This record gives sequence, structure tokens and C-alpha cells, in this order.
Amino acid sequence: MKLFISFFCGLFFGVGLYIAQMTNPAKVINFLDVAGNWDPSLMLVMGSGLSVFAFGFFFVVNKKTQPVFSKQFFIPEHKLIDKNLVIGAALFGAGWGLTGICPGPAIVNVLTFEPKIFVFIGMMLMGMFAAQKVLKAKL
Amino acid sequence: MTEFTPLSALLGGALLGFSSLLFLLLTGHIAGISSIVSGSFKALNTNPQWRWSFLLGLILSPLVLTLFDYHNESSIDISWPVIIVGGFLVGFGTCLGSGCTSGHGICGIGRLSPRSILSTCIFMLVAVIVVFVSRHFIVI
Repeated sequence: MKLFISFFCGLFFGVGLYIAQMTNPAKVINFLDVAGNWDPSLMLVMGSGLSVFAFGFFFVVNKKTQPVFSKQFFIPEHKLIDKNLVIGAALFGAGWGLTGICPGPAIVNVLTFEPKIFVFIGMMLMGMFAAQKVLKAKL
Repeated sequence: MTEFTPLSALLGGALLGFSSLLFLLLTGHIAGISSIVSGSFKALNTNPQWRWSFLLGLILSPLVLTLFDYHNESSIDISWPVIIVGGFLVGFGTCLGSGCTSGHGICGIGRLSPRSILSTCIFMLVAVIVVFVSRHFIVI
């Protein structure tokens, strides 16, 4: 059941990304290009996204002791603001600013068979692998 | 040059929020794409199958749009070296920083998580600066 639900949520999420045009790197970069032909569309994407989520989270999820098809919630508990968070965010921001592509849109673009997408994903996986090594080493 | 598209932005965003919410409510998991991707490969991970299912859903989602004859323009005007470096940075940064635009931006801020609010501010600011420099100073 969980696999079925995960698939459909992934499908929905991908549709959302596509309609929002986050899957178009040019759109993302024009949102980030505040000094140029600024396209504020993505601001509305994130705004409506987090608003819908927040509403549901505080009025529904927070009132439940467990999810519908799982024994527990897997919500991150640690509240510490540490170096990894800050440096990680900065590095991600740099990569995102350079390409206009973040993980979700990259995956949704797989069926375009665009070579640059495949290379992006390959490098992204390498980056994740490297970060996991760094995180393990620090422990 | 892209046009301001408020309606599709609001709708797309709402879908993102709603699907993330549904996912959390039904499975207990946060729809943070970078974590779902990196978790799919982590050797220590005991239960990666739901992640692969979710990712399969993401991969196949354009087919849903095709069914409804909904098409968007898309262009990647980025050079190969930048794709390579940028891709690595996105992977490394999201894993080190525990999240991306979906995990921190939507789910994290939606939960009023201080970590996510800070992370989102940082990656947004850095991204804006990088675009400013690469578009208006050096042309990459």
C-alpha cells in the first residue's frame, strides 16, 4: 500500500512541478535573475506550496499520533542550526543558481532524454555520494 | 525570457503542497526530493522501496500531462562545464544541508522549522547572487 501511495504522490508532485514550470531551468533562472527580466512566478509557487502544506500540517497532521498507513511520522526532529546546514545550503544555492535545476525537476525531466539532464543527475548523485562520505567522516 | 504566469504558478504550487501533505499524512514521510534520492542509495537504508516508487512517480509524471495535451516550453541554456559543476554542487549541497526546495522550502517552512527557514534563505540568496554574477558580470 505504501508503495502504491508513494508512486501516486510522486506522480502528483511531478505534475505540480511541471505545471509550476519548475522543470524549465530558464524559468527558474529568470526568477533568480532579480536584476534582469525578472519573472516572479516561482515566488508564487513556493508561496502557495508552503501555505497549503502549512494549513494541512497544523490543522490535520499535527493532531494525529500516527500517519494513516504507517506506524510513525518520520519528521526530522533535530533543531540544531549547524555548519553542515549552512554550508550545504550555500553550495546547493550555488549549483541551483548556475543551472536552474534542482533535484525534483531533474528527475521529472528524465523522459525528455535530454543529455544535459542525465549528466546533471549523474553529477548530482556523485555529489550526494561525496557528501555522505564527508558526513560519515565527521562522525 | 519567460512570462509571468501567476495562475499556473499558484496551481502548480498548490499541487506541490497538497501532494507533500498527502504523502506525510498517509505515509509519515517528508516529500524532500534530495533526501528521497540520496536515501535510495544509502547502504544503511533498510527500506528504500517506497523511495523508488516515489521517484518512479516523478519520472512518469510528464506522461500525465501528455494525456491532457498540456505542454510547457523548456530550455536549458547552460554550458556543459556548468552542468557538470552545478550538478555536483546541487547533489553535495542538498545532502550536506539535508534538503532542497521541496524538503526545506515547502515542507520545512510549512512546519515553521527554523532550520528550513534559514536554509531556504541561504540557498535563495546564494542562488540570486550567483545568477547576478553569471548573468551581469561574467557570462558563463
